[in-house]
Amino acid sequence: MQFVKATLLLLLAVLLGACDSGPQEKQAPDATKASATGKAMLPAFSTAANEDGQWLTPQKDYANTRFSGLAEINLSNVDQLKAVTTFSTGFLNGHEAPPLVIGDTMYLVTPFPNVLYALDLKEPGGATKWVYRPNPDPAAQGVACCDVVNRGASYADGKVIINTLDNHTIALDAQTGKELWNTKLGDINRGETMTMAPFIVKDKVLVGNSGGEMGVRGWLTALDLQTGKIVWRAYSTGPDADVLIGPGFKPFYRMDQGKDLGVRTWPPEAWKTGGGTVWGWISYDPETNLIIYGTGNPGPWNPEQRPGDNKWSCALFARDADTGQARWAYQLGPHDLFDYDGVNESILLDLNIGGKMRKTLVRPERNGYVYVMDRTTGEVLSAKTFGYVNSTAGVDLKTGLLIPVKEKEPKVGKVVRDICPAAPGTKDWQPSAFSPRTGLIYITHQNLCMDFEGVEANYIAGTPFVGANVKMYPGPGGHRGEVTAWDPVNGRAVWKIKEHFPVWSGALATAGDLVFYGTMDGWAKAIDARTGTEVWKFKTGSGIIAPPMTYRGPDGKQYVAFVAGVGGWAGAIVSGDLDERDATAALGFANAMQDLKKATTRGGMLYVFGL
Amino acid sequence: MCSASRVGTHPRCHPERGGALLLLLVLFTLPSLAAPAPLRVCSDPNNLPFSNQQEQGFENRIAQLLARDLGTKVEYFWWAQRRGFVRNTLTANKCDVIVGVPSSFELALTTRPYYRSTYVFVTRKDRKLDVSSFDDPRLKKLKIGVQMIGDDYASSPPAHALANRGIVRNVTGYSVYGDYTKESPPKRIVEAVAAGEVDVSAVWGPTAGYFIRKSRVPLVAKPVSPEIDLPFLPFVFDISMAVRRGDTALRDKLETVLDRRADEIDAILREYGVPRVDL
Repeated sequence: MQFVKATLLLLLAVLLGACDSGPQEKQAPDATKASATGKAMLPAFSTAANEDGQWLTPQKDYANTRFSGLAEINLSNVDQLKAVTTFSTGFLNGHEAPPLVIGDTMYLVTPFPNVLYALDLKEPGGATKWVYRPNPDPAAQGVACCDVVNRGASYADGKVIINTLDNHTIALDAQTGKELWNTKLGDINRGETMTMAPFIVKDKVLVGNSGGEMGVRGWLTALDLQTGKIVWRAYSTGPDADVLIGPGFKPFYRMDQGKDLGVRTWPPEAWKTGGGTVWGWISYDPETNLIIYGTGNPGPWNPEQRPGDNKWSCALFARDADTGQARWAYQLGPHDLFDYDGVNESILLDLNIGGKMRKTLVRPERNGYVYVMDRTTGEVLSAKTFGYVNSTAGVDLKTGLLIPVKEKEPKVGKVVRDICPAAPGTKDWQPSAFSPRTGLIYITHQNLCMDFEGVEANYIAGTPFVGANVKMYPGPGGHRGEVTAWDPVNGRAVWKIKEHFPVWSGALATAGDLVFYGTMDGWAKAIDARTGTEVWKFKTGSGIIAPPMTYRGPDGKQYVAFVAGVGGWAGAIVSGDLDERDATAALGFANAMQDLKKATTRGGMLYVFGL
Repeated sequence: MCSASRVGTHPRCHPERGGALLLLLVLFTLPSLAAPAPLRVCSDPNNLPFSNQQEQGFENRIAQLLARDLGTKVEYFWWAQRRGFVRNTLTANKCDVIVGVPSSFELALTTRPYYRSTYVFVTRKDRKLDVSSFDDPRLKKLKIGVQMIGDDYASSPPAHALANRGIVRNVTGYSVYGDYTKESPPKRIVEAVAAGEVDVSAVWGPTAGYFIRKSRVPLVAKPVSPEIDLPFLPFVFDISMAVRRGDTALRDKLETVLDRRADEIDAILREYGVPRVDL
């Protein structure tokens, strides 16, 4: 870990002035007290003040904070953290799923073939309670774009819910592992796969599809938690009736207003294969009964083949959680040019902006901006860069438009150099964490740019075709990853940690004033949530691309769990054993990761740490 | 995955077992002679006119011809030609030869080209449209089918060419993958012309030539022009065989056979209606 020391000291001084920097407290903070210091607050509906020590969904809570109120492990003792249990998943592809802990059981879902392990935490070493094998169709592996990942399971009402790569959503009895229902939602023969974690709101399981570049039409589907029956499906493209846009739809900006924009912003018919898949994170605001999520990039055509805004790809939707009807939408990236999917997490926070408490959502976006938006209306309150961006020139807060930069527009046959961020964005799917104690969002992300060079003849299914030669490489500074502590009230980075590789793990924040994350060369790390100082690390057997989590064990003690197992888009060079001489492999990501094979090897393994 | 243990669960690929058995038999019956190793070919089990598991494609026929010349047999490793094809077959050392790739293919070592084909415009004979140029003004109005790839910034060359001329609103994409649960999935774009779904399709020559011959509705194919859009968007491609990088011995051996059997290869390509452009 490297610091820009002068900057750090300066920012530290600012931070100490701006934040509550009292002694380590063992209890969670008062989440609802209005802040006079301008610190970001948990929303009033947050349950973080009553931490129960469990972890029910990868995002931890409806607000997507990835914050735990547990504080037994803290700055004073974190140096004594040691591995207490390990468990091999038996699989070699990228492991992006964090475990869940419900009661005295831990649940861990693997990448394809999506095996679910239930581990008994009462037994020494965590004995296997049961194993569920869905046996998904092996052909699904040839459809998935970026390794055969799975981003986790979810729990509610005695059921553990998983998604499989071949488009099944399956509910299991959490005690016995017995299959309660199994619903097929998509078709691999149309290019569809499912990689996201299900998100459960009240009596509904929300699931979306992946495969935007394959000519898939994106959707979010709500299933009945008890029966698995489909209750509603909201498409991301097509007529308003299919998108579940009705009389209650009130988008904030003029650019998002009008009838059937999901059809009219495309060439005829192109919306039918237009992408806008839903493979990231969903938030839920119980006060307004709104679910909020973003959609993926438009496909499968090059930008010049799909003139128009291509709605509702790269867009944010707020929908009624019961009916799926859209209340507002905001297109983050009209007519996306760079593969900047809009699927990242929306962290729901209450912010004091201009002396007024606002109900907001905060999104560290793939395009490089942290959006602060009014979550009730869809108004953008601010959009500031958290990494180096030259592909766009800011967000016009009056019109909501992302301002394009003509000379960075990629076009096949043209050479465009130094496009920042590269296609995976300043941050991809890896979820950030928020601590109400510091008021900071901890963003683990990339620092990558790309060149878009001429044409390359390629071949698929007997057909020669022509594509761009995309090569990614480190952005300014030469490092490929960063951890940024972001103050959403003032819209600025308080400090940054430079990492050698992209930080593809996501983060965990705790009331022990620690932030945990993992690196692609296999370091599980803890840092001081206020200063970013590294306070603990442990070398795992493979690179880490799964978000860490924490829980209280049956013995009453706090534990922290990491899942190692490098892969994903960033780590495909290792998990897919790609030839490091193929610069354009993994859609150009391999060029930026040529040295990863020397740094780590593949293999899924759970590590549990305790005092 | 195409491991033998998964046979039966995977609709797309079934490792060839006959070849290995045959080889054992040969080894057993001719113990004093070094039996030539089989020609291990990486091939798609459902992709006519190129290949299928019944070995009815022209690439199957060319592979057979080469193996016979080398005094051995073909042993197939079947895998759908999708993302990861080269990595899971040739690079994984499950097989040694891919019968057809563009000569400029970067993922493997290629032989010198053994044929050259072109994208063609396919129309119904009774329509007498006779489209042959991307600059034909009628293309602004006609309904056009193109092959759709499904990869960022990638398209079939005719799709790029039409977009460069501002022709996008009347263009329909047909996935090169198609529905793999059906026979010969890429044929949909040719059937769409016969059925009148589109007025004209721009299709890679071998696919067009073969399915035109199978069509009940008379169809015609015309090579697209120009051959290259400047600065450099080719519609004509040289096709080579591919071996693993570094496997120059096999590459050299294959090139010798390709030279020796050039006439017979030409005859096979003729039989399958592959539109040719002189090398």
